[in-house]
Amino acid sequence: MAKLNMVKALNLALLEEMERDPDVVIIGEDVGVDGGVFRVTEDLHRRFGGRRVIDSPLAEAGIIGASIGMALYGLKPVSEIQFSGFAFQCFHQIENHAARYRQRSQSRFHCQMVMRMPYGGGVRALEHHSESEEQFYAHIPGLKMVIPSGPRTARALLVAAIRDPDPVVFFEHKALYHASKEEVPDETEVMPIGRAQVAREGRGLTLIAYGAMLRVALEVADTLQAEDGVVPEVLDLLTISPLDHEALATSVGKTGRAVILHEAPRSFGPAAEIATSIMEGAFLSLEAPIRRVTAYDVPFPGFAREKANVPDVARVLDAARETLAY
Amino acid sequence: MPRTPIEPQFPTERLSILDSDGLLDAELEPKIAPDDLKRLYRGMVLGRRLDERMLKLQRQGRIGTFAPIKGQEASQIGTVFTLEARDWMVPSFRETAAMLWRGWPIEKILAFYAGRLEGGQPGPEQRDLPVTIPVATQLPHAVGLAYGIQYRGEDSVVMVYFGDGATSEGDFHEAANFAGVWHGPVVFVCQNNQWAISVPLKKQTNSRTIAQKATAYGFPGIQVDGNDVLAVYAASREAVDRARAGNGPTLIECVTYRLGMHTTADDPTKYRSEEEVKAWEQKDPLTRFRVYLEKKKLFDPSVDEQVDEEIARGVERFEAMPPADPLEMFDHAYAELPPHVAAERAEVAARLRVPGGDAGAGSAEPASPPMRGQRRTSRWTP
Repeated sequence: MAKLNMVKALNLALLEEMERDPDVVIIGEDVGVDGGVFRVTEDLHRRFGGRRVIDSPLAEAGIIGASIGMALYGLKPVSEIQFSGFAFQCFHQIENHAARYRQRSQSRFHCQMVMRMPYGGGVRALEHHSESEEQFYAHIPGLKMVIPSGPRTARALLVAAIRDPDPVVFFEHKALYHASKEEVPDETEVMPIGRAQVAREGRGLTLIAYGAMLRVALEVADTLQAEDGVVPEVLDLLTISPLDHEALATSVGKTGRAVILHEAPRSFGPAAEIATSIMEGAFLSLEAPIRRVTAYDVPFPGFAREKANVPDVARVLDAARETLAY
Repeated sequence: MPRTPIEPQFPTERLSILDSDGLLDAELEPKIAPDDLKRLYRGMVLGRRLDERMLKLQRQGRIGTFAPIKGQEASQIGTVFTLEARDWMVPSFRETAAMLWRGWPIEKILAFYAGRLEGGQPGPEQRDLPVTIPVATQLPHAVGLAYGIQYRGEDSVVMVYFGDGATSEGDFHEAANFAGVWHGPVVFVCQNNQWAISVPLKKQTNSRTIAQKATAYGFPGIQVDGNDVLAVYAASREAVDRARAGNGPTLIECVTYRLGMHTTADDPTKYRSEEEVKAWEQKDPLTRFRVYLEKKKLFDPSVDEQVDEEIARGVERFEAMPPADPLEMFDHAYAELPPHVAAERAEVAARLRVPGGDAGAGSAEPASPPMRGQRRTSRWTP
């Protein structure tokens, strides 16, 4: 067991998979000599050389499009889009081809590829560096959308994503990169994609979160326990698509109440799908309307106003108490 | 500190060997075996005749919209002829002749345009990608395939097709730039057919040629008479050999003309003149090549008949295909269906089992959960 932050944990996953499988290559802007702007690919260029850790030209569609070609050939590219806000310049490649190639070629080809993207706010960054866009990817059939919540899940899910035969968009929250260290097993750990994890067992209310929102949910749970005598359950989704409908039904079937957190804007966001899933899977257990605590339906307002937009403990606590009192 | 000219590394040339009057530049005439010359002509005729047949099938409602290739047969056959089975062919959506050459069965091509994705499935060993419709998006894939070839140390090459309109897309520039930087074994084949639906080339680019765009990416570009199969072949041979030898990409601009409509959903009389079409009909790639073969005593007058017979058999096989099974839409969505998609599949399966398609009663679909003490709001009170 080593205590690693999320950057080091992701780096470890890449290192392990590159050592294990010579078909794994890394491609992106500044991922080579520089080790990536967040240092996730640090030292890999030195170890594996420029042929496997490719400093690409500055062009997102080129990166994803070429990665698709590599995957069709039989390589397993792990691409890095420097910030998720820039991924719209390759969105067409992801939607038109990465997600569809298995279907388009009727399984003659498929795209075993991971598209890593730092996302999320709270790091005082400029626009297009602070957004959460998971809903766009979660809506695309054929694609998987994974968001780890800390070093251990980041490592284990990135390994799973690299080994997954289907294309995976892998979001890494920037505020989590250096937020904390966590014990990460020495042996390669693989967590199944498509499974949520109960981060804390409880009763009376389920707080549903992923990525950096998990920390907020856990803090809210602490406060509720200390001040209200309620021990809520906290569910860490980890995979946005395919959603773990069973875990949602099981948890809310037990607790009867749900508050869903995300940083993406509210309308048509993941919480809408999650709420529907709960309604379908645990309707008879519901004791209160499902609440969503999310960013508002406005474009990114600049980091000076970001705190008012991204859900924080106070907002979630209010929603949780209202739900409990319903 | 003077202003100094920087010579372009690669000058842009135009190549023409057999002109529309059948006049041959004997010095440039490529050495092609007699049997291969016959095969080239047959490939062009097959492309032309299938195109004509598909137009009828489309008008009869037996297939859907497709993009006719009439007039572009030499651009396709002259290039694809230079590929080996171990090479990759990456089409856009107007490469029917090239696809036939690569061994795509007629029934698959027809099935694709009849809305069946199984028509887009390359054979198990076939190194062809399926038809790609979003313009230019297949170009970066070709560069990625070429990277794979370099990575594994193979001596294969990738040939990727696109049109003049595609050269306005960002993906064209990104792909060409990546290919230049990586020095990959890619042959970019632009079928410049003068029209991107209704937009003429002069509104597409202010470059004098498309070929010269390669110069900016650091590899050679050549313009050829795209209706001259010998010139197309010669340029392609050079480009494929260059790529195979590890000397990087080439852009070939085949100057040709789309004699038909953009797709069967289009009426070209709205945007171009009959005179223009007539002028290009005089430059038909089949006519001049037939004259060339006749002079060489290689013309086989039974080609049309043979080709029509082949097409008839293909159409028969297409029509004999069992109806599309709706359930198969789930077969290739994921390597393994996620549980909620498996449930969707079960829903469709249940609907298909019930006569009339109504799964309401007696189906395998799970019944709705019982309602807990139905709420009696005022709205529901009688």
